[in-house]
Amino acid sequence: MGARVSKGAAVVTLPTSTQVRVTREFDAPRHLVYKAWTTPELIRRWWHANRGEVTKVDVDLRVGGKWRWVMVTHSGYECAFHGEYRELVPSERIVHTEVFEGAPHAEAVTTVTFTEKAGRTTVTILVQHKTQEDRDAHVNSGMEAGLQDALDLLEQVAISLG
Amino acid sequence: MARAATTADAFNAVAEPRRRQILDLLSKGERPVNDLVARLKLGQPQVSKHLRVLREVGLVVVRDQGRQRMYRLNGRPLKPLHDWVKQYEQTWNERFDALDDVLEELKESEDGDGGKSE
Repeated sequence: MGARVSKGAAVVTLPTSTQVRVTREFDAPRHLVYKAWTTPELIRRWWHANRGEVTKVDVDLRVGGKWRWVMVTHSGYECAFHGEYRELVPSERIVHTEVFEGAPHAEAVTTVTFTEKAGRTTVTILVQHKTQEDRDAHVNSGMEAGLQDALDLLEQVAISLG
Repeated sequence: MARAATTADAFNAVAEPRRRQILDLLSKGERPVNDLVARLKLGQPQVSKHLRVLREVGLVVVRDQGRQRMYRLNGRPLKPLHDWVKQYEQTWNERFDALDDVLEELKESEDGDGGKSE
């Protein structure tokens, strides 16, 4: 695939102590982004993050339906998430619960919104956790153990670091 | 990702909520130690202990001003943390870049005759 004129960049923020938000713009209409987000054979092709292989994608796309996505990293670490769909507005919004199986007690509610403007789509993923500890466990998933609490602070001080 | 597992790095220093509170306060400007004690509603020995940890990793710098010890924030040791956030963002960027490719294909097959393009 050739170089694209405009490639978006993900922006990760922590709006409150219990939330994680990721936003990114795509050069495609939102019904296609929604399709790529909800179709198992398509999810397999992008969710791996170049860190491994997606080994299982279960999507029961209806309110009350279950989902489970599993990947195995290059180092052999299995990383699995599952949950239940709470709200589905095709091409607009998905609300689902989410559990990182490495921290099974911590269930979050994730809202994915697809907003289209001039043929481009902005995806916003907002993960609402019950506690800050849960949020930190989430940010840790697929990452190393770290100190997500520090991110709030970082937002203030890291700016000066260039 | 590479990250030192010692207790003397900035990561661990900011793992403690009280120490983050101290850094928060200092991010607004230099403060004398007794001001920190008053604002944190902690005992002076506890505050001093936290400040010592922060000083050891270079997150705070101290100077004497008359009879007061003045503390200020030094953001430089947080650079690795900043990099770590960037790495988290990178995970999503990898996903989304792959999603770009998927979307290109979807667009092509939608624009075409509905068949799959090679």
